Amino acid sequence: MAMMRVRNLSKSFTLHGQGGIVLSVLNNISLDIMAGECVVLRGASGCGKSTLLRSMYANYKPQSGSIAVCHQGFWVDILSAAPRIVLEVRRRTLGYVSQFLRVIPRVSSLDVVAEPLRNIGIDAPSARARAAAMLERLNVPERLWPLAPATFSGGEQQRVNIARGFIAQSPILLLDEPTASLDAENRAAVIALIGDAKACGTAIVGIFHDEDVQRCLGTRQFDVAQARLT
Amino acid sequence: MIELEPPLLTIESLSKLYGRNVACGNVSFDLWAGEVLCIVGESGSGKTTLLNCMNGTLAPSSGRILYRTRHMGLVDVATMGDAHKRLLMRTDWGIVHQNPRDGLRMGVSAGANVGERLMAVGARHYGDIRSQAMDWLNRVEIEVDRIDDLPGVFSGGMQQRLQIARNLVTKPRLVFMDEPTGGLDVSVQARLLDLLRALVQELQLAAVIVTHDLAVARVLADRLFVMKGGEIVENGLTDQVLDDPQHPYTQLLVSSILQV
Repeated sequence: MAMMRVRNLSKSFTLHGQGGIVLSVLNNISLDIMAGECVVLRGASGCGKSTLLRSMYANYKPQSGSIAVCHQGFWVDILSAAPRIVLEVRRRTLGYVSQFLRVIPRVSSLDVVAEPLRNIGIDAPSARARAAAMLERLNVPERLWPLAPATFSGGEQQRVNIARGFIAQSPILLLDEPTASLDAENRAAVIALIGDAKACGTAIVGIFHDEDVQRCLGTRQFDVAQARLT
Repeated sequence: MIELEPPLLTIESLSKLYGRNVACGNVSFDLWAGEVLCIVGESGSGKTTLLNCMNGTLAPSSGRILYRTRHMGLVDVATMGDAHKRLLMRTDWGIVHQNPRDGLRMGVSAGANVGERLMAVGARHYGDIRSQAMDWLNRVEIEVDRIDDLPGVFSGGMQQRLQIARNLVTKPRLVFMDEPTGGLDVSVQARLLDLLRALVQELQLAAVIVTHDLAVARVLADRLFVMKGGEIVENGLTDQVLDDPQHPYTQLLVSSILQV
C-alpha cells in the first residue's frame, strides 16, 4: 500500500543575498513509498538527498510538483495544504528524525521524548511511561532523563532525538542519518528499532551513509543524483 | 480530512494609514482555534500596528476583523461598540503588553491583579477568587506567599508572568502578545518561553505574537508572517519560512542571526 506519492518534484534555491544565484537541486523527481519498506536515498554529497527528505516533511518548499501523504485514509498534498493541516499530518502520520536535536531550554529529556505523544492527546503519565521505555531501549542512562539535553554528548543527544522521532509510531518516518554519531552498540540498538518499525508496516525513507546500516534495513534504493538527470 | 470548523478570526483587507504613510496594508488571513501565529519584522515594519488593529485597540483605516464569539456569533471588531469590545477583551481575549506595567494595575496586589479579571466576568465569592488567583500564581511560577505583594516589588520577569496569569485566568480563546519576552534577561526569557509554550499547548490557545526574535518564533509559533514596510512579504509554516526562506528580506533576516 502506497503511503506517500512524490510527483514531478522540482526544487531550486534562489540566493538573493548572493546576486540572485539559482541552485537547481531536484528536478522532476517522482517516487512512491510503500508501507513496510525502507527506501534508502543514495547519491554523492550535495546531490539533494537531504533536500528531498526535507521537502517530504514540508520543511522545504519545492517550486513545483506534489507530495501526497496518506493521512488517516485520506490523501493530503503537503505542499499545498494549509500550515495547520501540515502540522496535523506531522503529528499523526509523518515523523522526521533530523541529524541534530534542537534543544529547548529547561525541558527534560523525558519530556522532550514524551512531547509528540502529549501532542496527540495522550495523558502525561502514560506519555512519560512510554518515553521512559523508549529511552531505556536506546540505552540513555536513567540519571539523564530529568535533565535538559543541552549538555549531553552528541551520541546521547542523537538517541534522545531518535526516541522522540519514534515514540509516536508514525506510519511514515523520514530519517536523516540517524546513526551518524553513534558507537557500534548504540547503532545496533537503533537499527533494531528501525527494523521493528519497518516490520510493523511503517513506511521509511532514510539517508544512511553507513553501508552496514543500508544493508540491514534497505529494501530498495533510490538514487537522487540519477533521478535528477532523467 | 474534512474540516467543519470555521476560523476563529478572519482578517479581511485590513489597512492602517497614517496620513499618506501605509503602516500596514491590505492584510488578509484566517486564524483557527489553537493556532499560534508569530509576526516578525524589523522596527517600523508595521507589526505592532497590525496587532493593535486586530485586537481592537487601534481603529483600522479599512477592512474587517471578524471574530467568532462564544455567544454572539460572528462580530466585526472594527465596528463593534466599546462596551462589547471591553467585554470581549476581558473574557474571551487576552492582551499581553511588552511592558508589564501597561497590562498590570500597579496599585493593587498580585492576587487582586488576577482576581480582578475574574470579578469582571461575574465571580463574587472571595474564597473562590483567591484560590483561583493562588492557583494561577503557582502555574506561572510565582511563590504563592507573594500574593499580597504589589507588582512594583516584583522583578521584570515576575511582572511579565503575573501579566500572563492575569490574562489567562478567564480562560480566553485568543491572546495577543507584543514582544512578551522583550526586555528580559535570556535566562528569564527561556523560563517565560517554556511557560508560554506549555500554557498554549495545555489550554489550546490561539495566539498572535509580535516579536523580532526568530528563536522565540521557532519555539512558539505554528505559522510565521514576515513583515516589511507594512506588508506581509512571506508567510507559512514556521520551520519552512525559517529553514527555506523565499523572500529576499526573509533570507536577509534569517542569515543575520548570530550563531552562539
